[in-house]
Amino acid sequence: MTNDEAVPAAFTDEELFCQERPQVREPLKGFFEKFLNWARANSLWFLGFGTGCGAVELRPLLTARYDVFRYGIQPRPTPRQSSVFIIGGYASVKTIKRIVRSYEQMQNPKFVIGLGSCTINGGMYWDSYNTINRLDHYIPVDVYIAGCMPRPEAIIAGFMKLKQLIKEGRGENANKYARDFDWYKANQKKIIKDWNMPDYNW
Amino acid sequence: MTSHIAMKLLYSFISLFVIFNYGILLVGIMAQVRARVQGRIGMPVWQYYIDIVKNNAKRTSIYHGVMFYLGPIFRLAGGLGTYLFIPALFGSAMFSNFSFAGDLLLVMYFIFFGQLGMALGAGESGHPHSAIGVARGLAQMTAFEVPFALSVVAVVIHAHTLSITGIVAAQQGSVFHWILFVNPFAAIAGIIATLGMSMGNPFSIVIAPQEIPIGPPTEYQSNLLGMLQTNRALFNVAKLILFMNLWFGGATNFIELMLKTFGIYLITAIVGQSFPRFRTEQAIRFFITWPTLIALAGVVYAMVTRY
Repeated sequence: MTNDEAVPAAFTDEELFCQERPQVREPLKGFFEKFLNWARANSLWFLGFGTGCGAVELRPLLTARYDVFRYGIQPRPTPRQSSVFIIGGYASVKTIKRIVRSYEQMQNPKFVIGLGSCTINGGMYWDSYNTINRLDHYIPVDVYIAGCMPRPEAIIAGFMKLKQLIKEGRGENANKYARDFDWYKANQKKIIKDWNMPDYNW
Repeated sequence: MTSHIAMKLLYSFISLFVIFNYGILLVGIMAQVRARVQGRIGMPVWQYYIDIVKNNAKRTSIYHGVMFYLGPIFRLAGGLGTYLFIPALFGSAMFSNFSFAGDLLLVMYFIFFGQLGMALGAGESGHPHSAIGVARGLAQMTAFEVPFALSVVAVVIHAHTLSITGIVAAQQGSVFHWILFVNPFAAIAGIIATLGMSMGNPFSIVIAPQEIPIGPPTEYQSNLLGMLQTNRALFNVAKLILFMNLWFGGATNFIELMLKTFGIYLITAIVGQSFPRFRTEQAIRFFITWPTLIALAGVVYAMVTRY
């Protein structure tokens, strides 16, 4: 008896993961949605994806010098509970897979901040064989913060811009991702060669 | 009879509403205190209201099975049950809730109940961090229940009743009738158990955000997380009121209640800001040595002075 037979696969991939496509969830109308958007803008829980060098600029935000808690911004360690996803700099081919998985685990409405020049056009890694150039080809980005690296003040300014977008009702990129799902998936699959996960795995 | 029950229900809703809002603001104020200790300005006091609205306003949520849904419901039922069987204000019809003779045992059960329900719900989420958090939480809870239960036994010997109203009544008259002064051993052991129950810093290994993000509620999101946050405010203040009734002479008006519960909460905040985190086995070893011995001394002292 081989080892494979000794341990039968209890679950198939289909049973373990959700195979449903993301659905567009239309926002409510009028005053009620404005109130909810105000609450969303004033309670931004962020998940820092700290594989790039930009992550080092996120830590000072929580210290006495910059203190983003004042603006209702706080870190959250799990994608399930976060509403803002911060990509801290360059995204390598290996990490883009994790970025996609984490982004899809977040719940609608969700927002993305691209930190540093590397997320905009590749930055100093623009011709690297191992990094992606434009982040918004793979997941929708709400706010880019330019710089290499942007200082914590710039990150706070980016957060303020995001707040303004949400209050104006323009933070609907989770629905954009659902609408253009096929385009995003095609782009992701072009980069991720070892695609050993379901298409939509939240 | 019907009008009596209707009146009682109305009073309970008013009491619940007031205490829920007080609980949220109390958590907010304590977050401010922590921020000031760290030299920060800190989040606004009303931030928790916005967080609860935001979490409930999420448009999607995920499903891991029936028990996953029931976990936060059990937790909220535990918080509601704990509060609704504690008389919040001594001698007040509106804030006496559903207290009855022997409510102390029921309340101690309800403190456990929410955590056990949450353990089942978090277990079904299938996330390894949830399972680790639950194992740590239940181990630690078993440890701090020992000094807490012994301290309660000492209080019951002094007051000669299992009714919380009776325990508060036995402490009326003067500050020196409080259990804190009548039997300091029981009060000190109880306060140390309180630190464990609050899951504040030396005993925060259950949540440990940097290590097992973030323990049992890792998979909870959207409205389920909103429910857990609602419970957090309510359960927290319910426990503070229980401790106030047991060791600090209860309260006869709302100002006294606010001052005393704030004081007890401040103890946990000061200890939390001053000490680093215990590992699980260190926390268990801590609880079953000194606090348990102090609580045993409290029981012996109560029996000697009482009989």
